[in-house]
Amino acid sequence: MSAVLDNPPAATVHESPGLWTLGWRRLRKDKVGMASLAVVVVFLAMMVLSFFGVIAGDWNKEKGVSYANPEFLAGAENLEAKSMAAKEVSKAPPVDLSDIDPLAPRYKEWEERTKQIAVNEVKRAEVLPFGGDKWGRDVIKKAVKGAQISIFVGIASGLLAVVIGTFLGAMAGYWGGKVNDLLEWFYNIFTSIPYILLILAFAAVAQASGKFGKGIMPIVLILSLTGWTGIYRLIRAEYIKHSNREYVKAAQAIGASNMSRMFRHILPNVSHVSLVQLSQLTVGFIKAEVILSFLGFGVPVDSVSWGTMLSEAQNELVIGKWWQLVAAGASMAVLVTAFSLLTDSLRDALDPKLK
Amino acid sequence: MTAYVIRRLWQMIPTIFGVILLIFILFNWVGGDPAQVLAGKISNKEQIESIRHNLGVDRPYYVQLGIFVKQVFTFDFGRSWSTNEEVSHIILTRIGPTLTIMVPVLIITSSLAVMFAIMVAYVRGTMKDRGVMIVCTVVMSVSFLVYIIVFQWLFGFVLGWFPVQGWSESFWKNLLTYSPLPIMLAVFVGLAPELRLYRSFFLDEIHQDYVRTARAKGVSERKVMLKHVMRNALIPILTNVGIALPGIFVGSFLLEVFFSIPGLGREIITAVNRSDFPVIKAVTVYLAIVTMLINLGVDVMYKVVDPRVSFK
Repeated sequence: MSAVLDNPPAATVHESPGLWTLGWRRLRKDKVGMASLAVVVVFLAMMVLSFFGVIAGDWNKEKGVSYANPEFLAGAENLEAKSMAAKEVSKAPPVDLSDIDPLAPRYKEWEERTKQIAVNEVKRAEVLPFGGDKWGRDVIKKAVKGAQISIFVGIASGLLAVVIGTFLGAMAGYWGGKVNDLLEWFYNIFTSIPYILLILAFAAVAQASGKFGKGIMPIVLILSLTGWTGIYRLIRAEYIKHSNREYVKAAQAIGASNMSRMFRHILPNVSHVSLVQLSQLTVGFIKAEVILSFLGFGVPVDSVSWGTMLSEAQNELVIGKWWQLVAAGASMAVLVTAFSLLTDSLRDALDPKLK
Repeated sequence: MTAYVIRRLWQMIPTIFGVILLIFILFNWVGGDPAQVLAGKISNKEQIESIRHNLGVDRPYYVQLGIFVKQVFTFDFGRSWSTNEEVSHIILTRIGPTLTIMVPVLIITSSLAVMFAIMVAYVRGTMKDRGVMIVCTVVMSVSFLVYIIVFQWLFGFVLGWFPVQGWSESFWKNLLTYSPLPIMLAVFVGLAPELRLYRSFFLDEIHQDYVRTARAKGVSERKVMLKHVMRNALIPILTNVGIALPGIFVGSFLLEVFFSIPGLGREIITAVNRSDFPVIKAVTVYLAIVTMLINLGVDVMYKVVDPRVSFK
């Protein structure tokens, strides 16, 4: 994100600082803003590293016993692991049925065959740094991997919603007239349905028809196709304001086409609105992803996100295993707080007229 | 005024038609053939054929749209695909439990938020104000899911102050035994963002000239805040409550799922899980219409709150 802000648009003849330079300067003075930017950057770096498998690549390995205790609670009793171990021991047939069992003569042959297959049973750890889940997976690695998916879904759907909203808003604001009427009608339709119901209606269709793609594609599409309305309204207002300004008329006079005026002349002047909205939407979508995944309409069951972690945590809490809940809940809370504070600071820095 | 209301109602028609069209495109076109959607869910072939026939799947799209429009205006969406219950019956029986939870939530949250907001706005800039704002930010950062899981576990499971979940036939038992915990949760989570928002509405008013004038002529602080400032800040607050109002019909579906409340929200989640399209279609269309009517109602309410507002 800082890379974007570091490269202001080409300097004018007078060398007066551009919108982005000024915004960046203001943001740098804002201590809360810079601190939250740092936190967000750390999370983004974590997301990229985990995407390429540099960290938490082995989150799926079952390294500990079931519900392994966190290191600082090493002495606590772990009934679940004991009962699991007990089950494994009792697998041997307790009664000798060889005289009536028709398969008995072949048992030996099968046993020998089994021995040929090398099984490297790893010694499962009793404790993990922050505990383990039901299958003995490291909760911290799971939270990192979950962060990757949750943040990626948030950013991808945020970007798509901003692109849709900005494009439609530009169309409505620049052309006005019939185009505006049509898009306003569209906007009214989407906003007259309660937001959560709109999401669920899209989710129902996505789930039943499978036409929204596979993996995390459906949830990205659901969130962005329903979430573009707010930014559409803001960008439309900006385009209405800008399309009559002198610089746009000047562009027209030197023969700039409509498309060029819309996206090369006006867009850079309103893009700060999009950036603030992107930040705000991403926070909202991360929260929404968690809830949708919890309900089972979000990311597929074989991947892990903060939402799927929380849905496991509900049953774990009852048997006293609180670590997964804390790991997912706390990492999400930190990111959401930092992102919301960053949104406020970005708004202050880029649009000082607003409160 | 009457002319205004009639014109607003007239303007709703294209939007209602648009909502119907959107739902139609989504479920009948993108959603695809119910025979495919229901494969594996309903084993009875005749039943699927009758559903296909009722929807007119074998006929052109405009006929199907006509059938859908007729369904909307006759309040007859047929039967649920999974339970065979009448859709209208589902909606009518599920709305009660949802409102039992959500009406108290809306009233308690709004009044507490207004009360706290005016108190915090009055001491703006002090440590108290900052402390409350920081607490609000922290509270807002934790997911609603985490609160439900922890509160249900703590108050229901560990302390046993409230039943963990459940619902009965009697309204009073529901309200007094089963509702308090979900209501408390929703109020707790809803309070922080509303308090922050309403505080900013009060702060907008508190610096106005009329406040200074009122003070200059010797009006008591109490009266300045509760009469002058409050009345003016009520306009944006009303807008905000108006936006939240349609939501009480869907309810907090998460609460209904966690606490096994047989409300509309849980019904929708179940319907999404079972691909029970008629239920989702009906609820979406009717709630969109209700939302539009509520918006109109709020706009009329402005006139009551603020005599300066005139209808164009």
